[in-house]
This record gives sequence, structure tokens and C-alpha cells, in this order.
Amino acid sequence: MTVTTSTPHESSTLTHDQLHRYVPVGLFVAAGALGAALSAVIGFSLPMFVVLTVVIFAIVLPIVSGVVEGRRKAIDRFVTVLVYMAFVIALVPLVSVIWSVIGNGLSAFSADFLTTSMRNVTGLEDQQTAQEGAPLIGGAYHALMGTLLITALAAAISVPIGLMTSIYLVEYGRGRLARAITFFVDVMTGIPSIVAGLFAAALFAVLFGVGTRNGFAGAVALSVLMIPVVVRSSEEMLRIVPNELREAAYALGVPKWRMILRVVIPTAISGIASGVTLAIARVVGETAPLIVTAGFTSSINTNPFSDWMMSLPAYVYSLAMRPLSGSEPQPSLDRAWAAALTLVIIVMLLNLIARLIAKAFAPKTGR
Amino acid sequence: MSKRIDVGDLNIYYGDFLAVEGVSMEIEARSVTAFIGPSGCGKSTFLRALNRMHEVIPGARVEGKVMLDGEDLYAYGVDPVNVRRQIGMVFQRPNPFPTMSVRDNVLAGIKLNSARMGKSEGDEIAERSLRGANLWNEVKDRLDKPGAGLSGGQQQRLCIARAIAVQPEVLLMDEPCSALDPISTLAIEDLIGELKQNYTIVIVTHNMQQAARVSDRTAFFNIAGTGKPGKLIEMDDTTKIFTKPGVKATEDYVSGRFG
Ligand SMILES: Nc1ncnc2c1ncn2[C@@H]1O[C@H](COP(=O)(O)OP(=O)(O)OP(=O)(O)O)[C@@H](O)[C@H]1O
Ligand SMILES: [Mg+2]
Repeated sequence: MTVTTSTPHESSTLTHDQLHRYVPVGLFVAAGALGAALSAVIGFSLPMFVVLTVVIFAIVLPIVSGVVEGRRKAIDRFVTVLVYMAFVIALVPLVSVIWSVIGNGLSAFSADFLTTSMRNVTGLEDQQTAQEGAPLIGGAYHALMGTLLITALAAAISVPIGLMTSIYLVEYGRGRLARAITFFVDVMTGIPSIVAGLFAAALFAVLFGVGTRNGFAGAVALSVLMIPVVVRSSEEMLRIVPNELREAAYALGVPKWRMILRVVIPTAISGIASGVTLAIARVVGETAPLIVTAGFTSSINTNPFSDWMMSLPAYVYSLAMRPLSGSEPQPSLDRAWAAALTLVIIVMLLNLIARLIAKAFAPKTGR
Repeated sequence: MSKRIDVGDLNIYYGDFLAVEGVSMEIEARSVTAFIGPSGCGKSTFLRALNRMHEVIPGARVEGKVMLDGEDLYAYGVDPVNVRRQIGMVFQRPNPFPTMSVRDNVLAGIKLNSARMGKSEGDEIAERSLRGANLWNEVKDRLDKPGAGLSGGQQQRLCIARAIAVQPEVLLMDEPCSALDPISTLAIEDLIGELKQNYTIVIVTHNMQQAARVSDRTAFFNIAGTGKPGKLIEMDDTTKIFTKPGVKATEDYVSGRFG
């Protein structure tokens, strides 16, 4: 096997032996074959085959490269293989989560599922579905509405507070107060979500009587989690606005507040908006704080200020942990998976929106 | 338009650090004054103190007097915003607002202060300012395109147009050509020559030829050593500074035997 292609000129100090582009590919295929053979000897299994292939490749490629190209290139190739491996390993959980959610969620996922609630659906219907093949009834409309309303309310509370805090920190904050705020924002970032939920529940118990549960309490709990994220991401975005732009505005005799409103925020708006969207995506799947504040229900409730309100995570939790029919849990589990799929779709949409926003607002260049 | 500036015994501090000490000078209306001197001697610091831009930096403060046509800029109750509306500034690196079009950049000083302005009035001001900055012909077909899409030299002239659109009395320029090619530099030098008919201009430059070409008066700043304050060594007619300066250090500096 010839592995060199470029023949170095005797006198040149710049050229050096190099592996042909296809040599690593060839080695990888060979490692695959060897891995398959070895794992077949021991007793074939897919993970073993993959691991063997990668290990063989990670050993052989640097050796071949070391012989032909020298030490530096060999190390370079070895580290490159490691980096790719780490990347693939990091992807495994993500891909498998999406895979299992789609695989399990599709069976109950339908337009019907998204437009009906669980009102008057009982274990009896589930038994009929499981035993006699009756169509699955009952959906997550009430939970979807609850999640959208509670999250929208949480965003309406957190975004102004978070944005103004970050503006204070970046544009005005000096000295002790700013440091104290930064410290407490950091502490807030670390608050366990159940604690945020209990805080909101306790607050509403004090204000409106013990046992008060409604969507608004859930929104307050989510805000506690969301505010520090919004502060942090907006602060980051405001800080990267070049000081030169602020000075340019000052030099034109623009007052500070107007400079912030008309120069700093528009310049940072794409980053701020996508940060906010990601913060929403972060809290939309929170379960514990909603269970203790908004509660459960099987009916549609679009008033977040009174009565219990279902949300998608609480829906998943209740159907997975307490199926409607104890003897036939499968229909309930199917619904739970379908709701999980809905949640994943919402998060993905939010991420997509964040990207679109970032693109739409980004300062334009070019002619 | 255009006012004179008289500086009386000005000290400028960054926190505890005295950056510029005891500067007194007169800057004539409708003239070009150049500041020269080695790096770190406080030219930018002093220039920024002339329109209170140093206040943007935390801890920066001044002692002394800066009089704009007899009015002390540092008197009690003077609003720095009003000072900067009269004394505009152009920076070393072009800094157009990236979110704004060419036209909006020129009108930024007016729009950001949300003065009411009709479309035709805006067009008129934009054209006048861009013509004033020698940029009109290059950008008249792309006024609605982003200002950040211009070349570096065009951006710098855009920033000059932006500064003169608000019709200041004085224009301060901190090394306005240091990031530009010789042709753009020449364009801006020509421009300075024209602007001086209407404005008082102060320019910081490291380029001796440039100081000699554009300025009427030249001020030489120097510093005794790192950590020492910068001082005004001498100020005189430009031809005098470059032919027979009164101080040895000036002669060494302008003839290139120093710094
Ligand atoms: N923001 C600041 N904080 C503290 N010290 C500063 C600050 N800006 C400048 N200085 C100090 O003030 C002194 C004068 O700086 P200045 O920028 O005015 O010099 P300059 O003459 O403009 O130099 P150059 O020709 O390199 O632009 C220097 O010692 C510098 O370290
Ligand atoms: Mg400087």
C-alpha cells in the first residue's frame, strides 16, 4: 500500500510527506472490517462493533501518520479523532432522546390529541381502547393551553424585570449595589426549581389563602427561574455592544437614557431576543414548580387567575405516574409520550424562532 | 457659528493618576489647531476634556477652566449633553451605528434627540452634510443601505458628516486618518481645509506632514516619563513650530530625533 503521494523535492524545505486524502477513509473502513471480525469472534453486538472500530481507528491512524508524516501530524490526527469522538458521544443522548420521544409519542399524537381535553375520560375508556381496539380518546388541549398561558405570563413578568436589571448592571451599575445584584442573580440561577415552586406556593398562600393554586402562581414560580437567565443573557449581549457606539452617541449630544434606548438596545436586540426565547424554552418544560403551584385538572381552564390549571409537564407526570386505568396503563402512557413529543416540538420551535429572530434583527452589512 | 476655546490651567485625572497637568491654551475660532506629541502624553485625554467626553470613563475628572466663548464648560449646572451638542467629536476608528442606514447615520444626532423633522428637511440636511464631508457622490445611490457597508475611509467621512449634521461650533478630531489610506487621508485633509471656514477644528495627529499641511496652530505635548503627567510644551503658529520652535524638545520631536 503506497501512502505517500506528494514526492518531496530533494532541496525543498517546505514540502513534506503527506497522507493521501483517502488514506484515513480507507483506514476507517479497514478498522470497521477488523472491528466486525473481532466482535464476531467474541459474539457480535452493535455497541461492541462500534467501540472496537473507533478504538482501532484511533490507534492505527496516528501510527500510520507518525510513520509517514512525522510526530506533529500524528498527534494532530490523534487529537482530531478524539475531538470527533467526544462530539459523537455528546450527540448520543440527544439523538436517542429525540428518537424515543418520536418513536413512542407518534402513536397517540394527532390533531385530535391537540384539540381535546381529558374531561370525562376515565379508565373505562382506556380499557376499551386496550382490549377492544376502540379509538383512543382524550388529549392534551387543556395542558397545551395551560403551558402556553403560564409561559407567556412568566415571560411577561421576567422579560421587563430581567432586561431592566441587565441594563442597570451594564450601563449604570457601579460599586456595591451592582456587585450585590450580580451575586444574587448568580444565587438565583442555582435555585432548585422545586424551591421556586414552593416559594410561589407559599407567597400565594400568604396573599390569597392556603391552598391557592392557579396558573398565575405557576407563572410566578417560573419567573423566579427565568429572571436570572434573562438577566445573564441580556447582560452578556449588552456588554458586547462596542463602547465606541456609546461614545459616538454621547459626542452627538444624546442623553444617556436615549442613547441606551436608541443605540445600545437596537444593536443588541437580536442577541437579547434570542436569549429570551431560549430562556422561555428553558422553563417551558419545568414540572415540579408547576405541580405545587398550578396543580392538575382534566378540564380546559383559560383563566390563569382562578382555579387549577394543567400544563404539559404536569400532564405527562400525572398520566405516567397514575394511569387512568390501573390494569391497562398503555393508553395513558401513549398520551404521556405524545404530550412529551408536543413539549419537545415546542422547545424546538422556540429554538428555531430564536435563530430567526437573531437573523432578522442582526445589524445588516453589505451594499 | 464657530466659537473659540480658552483653557486655563487644566489638570486631568483618571482616579488618582494625574494624566495631564497644567495646560493653558487658546484655540481660535475658524482655525485648525493640531495637537502633536509622543504616544501616551495625554493628547486624547486633553481633547476629550474639551467636550466633557472624559466623563464617560469612570473616575475621570478635571480641575481648571475650559471656556467656550467665555462660558465655563465646567461651571456648576452646565449639562454635558448641551456641551457636546456644541462641540462635536470624530474618533480614531470610524464608528457608524450598525443598525442604521447611511442616511439615518447622518441624521442620527437629530433623530436620536427625537427632534421633529420632515422627510424633505431630513433629505436636505443629509445631502448638505454628506456634501460637506465629500461623500455625497459616492453614497447618493445607497442612502438606504447600511452605513457599516461602506469602506473604512467612507465610514470615517460618514462619521464626519454625522458630526457636522448637528451644526456644532467646534469639531474635535482624534487621529481621524490613522486608519485610512493616503487617498482617503487626502480627502479628509481637503475637507478639514473647507470645514475651517465654518467651524473651529482641533485635530490630534501623529503625522507631522499632516499637522504641517492642515493646521494653522500647533501644540506640542510631551511627557517626562511613564507615570508622569503629560504637559503642554509649547504652542505656536504651525510654520514656526516646524521651522524654528522655541523649545529643544519640540525641535527634536518634529525633526524625528525623538519618539
Ligand atoms: N481610561 C483610562 N483610564 C486610566 N488611564 C488612562 C485612560 N486612558 C488613558 N489613560 C492614561 O492617560 C495617559 C494619556 O493617555 P492618552 O490616551 O491621552 O494618550 P495619547 O497622547 O492620546 O496617546 P496616543 O498618541 O497613543 O493616542 C496615558 O498614561 C494613559 O495610560
Ligand atoms: Mg490618543
